[in-house]
Amino acid sequence: MTPEAEFHQRDRNLHPPAYTPIYKTSVLRSPRIPLWSLQNSLSEVTGPAFSPDELGPLDNDLVLNYAKQGEPIGEQTIVHGYVLDGNGQPVSNTLVEVWQANAGGRYRHRNDTYIAPIDPNFGGCGRMLTDERGYYFFRTIKPGAYPFRNRVNSWRPAHIHFSLFGTGFAQRLITQMYFEGDPLIPHDSIIATIPDKSAADRLTAKLDLNASRPLECLAYRFDIVLRGRRQTLFENKLQGG
Amino acid sequence: MTPTPFGLSYLPETPSQTAGPYVHIGLIPSQAGFEIFRNNFSGDIAGADVEGQRIVIEGRIFDGAGHVTKDVLVETWQANAAGRYNHPADRQDKLLDQRFRGWARTGTDFNTGIYTIRTIKPGSVAGRKGRKAMAPHVNFWLASRGINIGLATRMYFDDEEAANAQDPVLNIIEQSERRRTLIATKSERDGAVVYTFDIHLQGERETVFFDV
Repeated sequence: MTPEAEFHQRDRNLHPPAYTPIYKTSVLRSPRIPLWSLQNSLSEVTGPAFSPDELGPLDNDLVLNYAKQGEPIGEQTIVHGYVLDGNGQPVSNTLVEVWQANAGGRYRHRNDTYIAPIDPNFGGCGRMLTDERGYYFFRTIKPGAYPFRNRVNSWRPAHIHFSLFGTGFAQRLITQMYFEGDPLIPHDSIIATIPDKSAADRLTAKLDLNASRPLECLAYRFDIVLRGRRQTLFENKLQGG
Repeated sequence: MTPTPFGLSYLPETPSQTAGPYVHIGLIPSQAGFEIFRNNFSGDIAGADVEGQRIVIEGRIFDGAGHVTKDVLVETWQANAAGRYNHPADRQDKLLDQRFRGWARTGTDFNTGIYTIRTIKPGSVAGRKGRKAMAPHVNFWLASRGINIGLATRMYFDDEEAANAQDPVLNIIEQSERRRTLIATKSERDGAVVYTFDIHLQGERETVFFDV
C-alpha cells in the first residue's frame, strides 16, 4: 500500500441511507441535501495513529477491566477476527474500540434506565490495536438483548458496537456486531436500515468452536472490512506525495 | 473475497450502523459516568509544548426540527500550525510537530448540547495536484443515535477570507449560502480565541456534508 494512495469510492449501497423511517430517530437527524462528493485530498487520506503505550494491559479484557469485587456475571466470550481493507490487505496497528450492554442488557450509562441491573464488575468497553496481520481479539461477557424506544415493542438483538479508524480519516467507521443464531436479528429495526440483504450476514459473528477455550468460554469470529485504497496513482498523485 | 461482475476480487466494506445513544460508554466513558481507562482521549489536544495559536472551537448541533442534540460524538482531524498532517502520507516540506497528533474527540453536552474542542489553529494544506492550496480547516466527523453512517464535514475560519476565497473545496459548492455553513465565527472570551461552529443536520440551514 503506497501511503499517498486515495481511497476507492465508498459503495453507499452497502450502507444504510441517512433517512430510514423504520428507525425513527433517523428522521430528524438525516441530511436531506445530497452529500457533496469530494475527491480525496491530504485531509481525507491521512488520519490519526495510536501507539500501544496509550493503552493499558487490560483494555481488551472486559471481564477484568472493571472487576471490582469479583468477575462480572454472564457468559465469558472471546471475540476475534481480522481488520482488512477492500483489497484484502490487513489493516495493521489500527485502533479498535468496542462497547456493549452487560449480560442483562443494561448499559453502564447515566441515560440508560432499563430494568436490568447494573453489574458492579462490568464496565462494558474495551479497546485494542490490531497486530501486523490485522488481527484483533478481546474477551468479554456476552451481552443481553434489550428493548428500545422505537416502536412500542422494539428489541435489539445482542450486539457489540465497534469503532474503527483505518489509516485515513475517510475510512472511519462505526458499526455493530451481532451473534449467529440470535432470533431477534430478523426483527431488528437497526439492521433493517440497510437495504442490502447480505448486510445482516456480514455483521453477524460466527460461532468459532476452534477458537473457544474448552471448559471455559465460547468464541465468535468477526472480520471487518474498511475501504480499500487505490494501488497505484499515475497522474493523480496527491500534492506533497 | 466476493467476486465482482468483472471478475475482480474486492471485499465489500462492512456496513455502518448507528453509534446509538450509549456511544459514550465506549468512546468517552467519563461522559457516560465512569472511569475505566488509565489514558483517555479527549477534545483538549493543545498540549503545553504544541506549536501554534491556541483556539477553542465550540458549537451546537441541531436536528431537522431545530432541537439541540445532546448525545452526538464529535471528532476532528486537522493539520498542525505549519499546515502538515501527522501522518506518513503527508510529505509536504513543512515542520512536523510530533507532539501534536491533530485528532480530538468529544461529545455534545447532555445538558447544554455544546461541544468544545481546545486545539491550535491549523495552517494551510496543499491541495490536490494542480489545485490551489486548501485554506486552514478542521475536518469533522459526527456519529450518534439516529445517524446511520458517520457524517463528514469541514470547518473553515471566518478570519481567513482571502484563503477561503481560493479554497478548492469551498469553491466546488455552487451556492454561496451553503458555503457559509462551513465557516466558523471568531470571537474572544476571557482572553481566549473562540470559533463558533454550529452544525445543522437537516433543514433550511443544513450544513454541507461530504461524501469523501
